[in-house]
Amino acid sequence: MLRNRRTEMMVAYILVAPFVLIYGWMFIYPTIQMVRLSLTNGPLIGPGKWIGIKNYVRMFIDPVFRKSVWNTAYFVVLTVVPGTAVAMAIALMVSRLRGWAQSLILSAFFLPYVLPVTVVYLIWNWLTNVQFGILQVPIAFFVGEPVNVWRTVPWFMPGAALITIWWTNGFSILLFLAGLRNIPQELYEAAALDGATRGQMLWRITLPLLWPITTLCLTIQLILQMKIFDQVYLFANGGQTQATMVMVQYIYEQAFQKNAGGYSATVAVALFVVVVVFSVLQYQVLRIRGTR
Amino acid sequence: MSDLSSTADSKKKLDIGGLLLTALSVICAMLWFFPVYWALATSLRSDDETVTDFAVIPQHPTLTNFIFDIEHSMLPTWYLNSTITSVAVTIVAVFMAACTGYAISQLSFPGRRVLWWTILASFMVPVSALIVNHFIIIAGIGQLNHYLGIILPMLLTPVTVIVYKQFFDGLPREFREAAVMDGANEFQLLFRVFLPMNWGVTTALAIITFIAAWNAFLWPFLAAQNETMMTVTVGITAVQDAFGVAYGRVMAGAVLAGLPVALAYLLFQRRVTQAITLSAGIKG
Repeated sequence: MLRNRRTEMMVAYILVAPFVLIYGWMFIYPTIQMVRLSLTNGPLIGPGKWIGIKNYVRMFIDPVFRKSVWNTAYFVVLTVVPGTAVAMAIALMVSRLRGWAQSLILSAFFLPYVLPVTVVYLIWNWLTNVQFGILQVPIAFFVGEPVNVWRTVPWFMPGAALITIWWTNGFSILLFLAGLRNIPQELYEAAALDGATRGQMLWRITLPLLWPITTLCLTIQLILQMKIFDQVYLFANGGQTQATMVMVQYIYEQAFQKNAGGYSATVAVALFVVVVVFSVLQYQVLRIRGTR
Repeated sequence: MSDLSSTADSKKKLDIGGLLLTALSVICAMLWFFPVYWALATSLRSDDETVTDFAVIPQHPTLTNFIFDIEHSMLPTWYLNSTITSVAVTIVAVFMAACTGYAISQLSFPGRRVLWWTILASFMVPVSALIVNHFIIIAGIGQLNHYLGIILPMLLTPVTVIVYKQFFDGLPREFREAAVMDGANEFQLLFRVFLPMNWGVTTALAIITFIAAWNAFLWPFLAAQNETMMTVTVGITAVQDAFGVAYGRVMAGAVLAGLPVALAYLLFQRRVTQAITLSAGIKG
């Protein structure tokens, strides 16, 4: 028996070894190094001097850092709740359909989700092209003239948010569809017998029973969108980047354009802390709900 | 998705509200899909016609943009780079996750709980905060602009381990006991008994890992500064004059970059759906 226990342990260690190696090297070690680097004035590559919490003091009074936090929060507000609401509406539409019609319509809504961000950027950059973009037709209709969306600050974040919702909504749609499928059909049959209308069934049965999935989607989206970088970076390229700076972009800029390794690590620690705090909150919410 | 139809009530009387809702769904789906369609349509138009022909269906469809891109840009190289890195990430990440998930679920060993909590914790951590230190590590081992350097940081896929662990947790213990009686060792158990029992989970995880690796932008963008080492996802925008200033060619490049993942989704729709619902921790 003892022999068995020992072989079981050996096998377990062999099985987890590659994972532990990669994890230690690519996750634990860089996390510790990030904190250490944030306490120095080092460049991206090379030694720096230990300066204690000076970077943190600087960060709290840095107007560009504040701007990046504000823009990230603004982007989160523009995407999380509207995106989840749109996903729910789409899932409700799709779940009514049957067979091939359902597969076809769902594919149309889901396909953008699997596309690379650069493809999404190229497509929308062409659609919004100020001279020849097809979307300038409705824009000119409502605003009176074509708008250079990605060079006009008030348009930038709403535009990026709209595209993000278009791009990432497939994920939430699938979760809502799974949630809808788990609602017992008998509830609707009983309600129909009682003469309930379509609207009553939606408000009294579907929406309350979808609430757990809704909170799940909202929290997943919240944490995902706080890490916004790709779209904003691509659309802002060559333009006024400070006005539309988001947190990950500021890490990138400080590290790779300003060669300020220490300060960029400080901003990274800030992002790290914010995301972990929200994730722990999410975990607690889910645990209270009892799904994990 | 056909399992949704089990509840279909095929014999309904004429339902105006329902028909209107269906019509609305179709219109919304067409609008939603329009950007992708317009990119396809533009990619099939000749240079002049991209700015003169706004018909929904291209008047004189042509493949010249695609041929130009393949012949005059590094697209074939980028394709090769993307394929090598994505396939490597998929194989290594899924294999590691299966082994780790199995060990945590079925075997007892000191450190098991610590490992499991570390994985759950890492799930909460933004990898984008680690880019600076990933860059320093990879530069330190001289692997920037090499496949290994692009691949290594992308192997962090805690969700895959979590899904595997939950999958193995759900299997009946009798299988294990019976196989142990028959004298199978632990490795045979994993690869001959447990994994083959449900290849669906492995396929599903492999497909979304592949799609995520193909689509990865931030890390490959930092790790491959050299044009010959770029992935498709990075190359089509990082190289400003990749296709010249011609919208048709740019759209053809976008179509080619998105094609493999779009096909992966269309061919394995059910698996993608399964993987996404599993990764969110809900029953599909």
